[in-house]
Amino acid sequence: MSRAQAWFDALSTQALPSPYRSVAIADSDLGRGPAARLLAIVPDAGNTFPRARRGEVGLLEGIGLARAVREVIELDSRLADDQRRPIVAVVDVPSQAYGRLEEQFGEYLYIAAAVDAYATARTAGHPVIALVVGSAISGGFLGHGLQASQILALDDDKIEIQAIHKPAAARITLRTIAELDELAKTVTPLSFDVRVWATLGYCDGLLKVSDADQPSSADVDLARGALADAVTRARLGPRDLTNRLQSPARRASVRARQRLAEQWA
Amino acid sequence: MSDIPALVAERPELQALWHRHSFVELDARARAHAILDKGTGHEYCDPFDRIESPWLEPQGLVPQADDGLVVVKGQLAGEPCVVIGIEGAFQGGSIGEVSGAKAACALQLAARDARAGQPISAVLVLETGGVRLQEGTLGLNAVAEILSALLELRGLRPVIGVATGPLGSYGGMSIVAGLCTRMVLTHEGRLGFNGAQVIESEAGVAEFDSSDRALIWSVNGGAQRYATGLADALVLDDAPAVRQAVITAVAVGVPERHRSEELDVLAARLGSGDGAQARFSLAGLGLPPAPSPGSARQRGAGS
Repeated sequence: MSRAQAWFDALSTQALPSPYRSVAIADSDLGRGPAARLLAIVPDAGNTFPRARRGEVGLLEGIGLARAVREVIELDSRLADDQRRPIVAVVDVPSQAYGRLEEQFGEYLYIAAAVDAYATARTAGHPVIALVVGSAISGGFLGHGLQASQILALDDDKIEIQAIHKPAAARITLRTIAELDELAKTVTPLSFDVRVWATLGYCDGLLKVSDADQPSSADVDLARGALADAVTRARLGPRDLTNRLQSPARRASVRARQRLAEQWA
Repeated sequence: MSDIPALVAERPELQALWHRHSFVELDARARAHAILDKGTGHEYCDPFDRIESPWLEPQGLVPQADDGLVVVKGQLAGEPCVVIGIEGAFQGGSIGEVSGAKAACALQLAARDARAGQPISAVLVLETGGVRLQEGTLGLNAVAEILSALLELRGLRPVIGVATGPLGSYGGMSIVAGLCTRMVLTHEGRLGFNGAQVIESEAGVAEFDSSDRALIWSVNGGAQRYATGLADALVLDDAPAVRQAVITAVAVGVPERHRSEELDVLAARLGSGDGAQARFSLAGLGLPPAPSPGSARQRGAGS
């Protein structure tokens, strides 16, 4: 079983119907506050788009996520904006779908639909929390997780949060994998180690669990508590992504933003 | 036949082609000034500010003093407008931490001005391969921050995307194109997520033969995107024509629903949601026949 499915099942309190088998939807009781809406992209060996069978975010997944998120926005639209329910994205996505059919239909637009929905939910006051339990790579992560107000990840060797998978990163930047690994020791954003990623400004918590593949009940309790804490922080924090600028690793961004803002007036 | 000016004089339909000033051949800075009203553009964080990427030099790569992205504010048809242009000649037009921060910050400042009653539209000139892989996760996050900032402004003022080529728009930055109020393309422009070479190396030559230029243009080319309703204007590679298309796109204003919100439309395009059926429904989208290899070459297209 994939980690996406394992953690989705473990955190799910009440499974909900989804029009697409690769988009899993449930309610999840976090112990405090209103139940969260839980969303995961899971592998579907029968996906009619063959390039999206291993849990990639493709055409159906983009629409499915967008629909599920917009349904939550609609359900809570009459509530005060600080009462709106949390949305939790369980993230284990190897990439976007690499396919010709996907290109022909404009996969970028289908992923944009998911991005649009997640960002709209965040701005409307829904705490949007991403929990990375496996891979969080490239367009998959852009569409499912990276618009979150808070991002948590398991403290585990198999977590990969990167712009592209390692062999492709090496090939496209004209390096060997060994050279890339060596460089990543000093150029931190190139690292595939989740503990290094956690220093780059958009990690809001690392969770040390006993079994990342098949979470124990203690692991699930830990995750629930961490998610509830992240919901509290999200409700108090900004609704844009500027909280990601606080790490010393983002000095160059802060400097560019300050200079631009000074000159803009 | 040898007297071309005489031929053009006889055939009015050739005049725009003959007298054009290529937009594709301009760099990002010249493009921004060509879009804005003449002489009104002012660049922010220009190269003399030396705001550059801290991540490239340790890799033995030469940084650039604008990090390959220009922010130029001025007037468009007499109204305030900011053009954010990506320089395709630097690191493949990729978005890194700093270029991403410049773009996101400019969009957020525009949104702030619009909220304060000083409406300003934005134009994004996309000439990009997507995330700068030399900046890994910070490049990926930079794209996420641009997407969020774009959505802040889009509900208040139009954000127009322009992809003219030669690179076109690929990778995570094409999600930007998916969020734009309207998209302007040329025949030389391409728009897609995964380039043909990437698909071929991930999925094999049977999935996408990256040596087949005609196939690439029939999938990602400006004419295909326009014909299938994924772009709003298809213009000649001519700077005044691109500028006019942008002015027209801004004048349409902020629509009630954007393309990325039209979920029923997006679902309907895929037919019943069945991949096999989707192949057949391509014909229903009014796809142009694949151009012959000869015609693709005449356009001066690369891969």
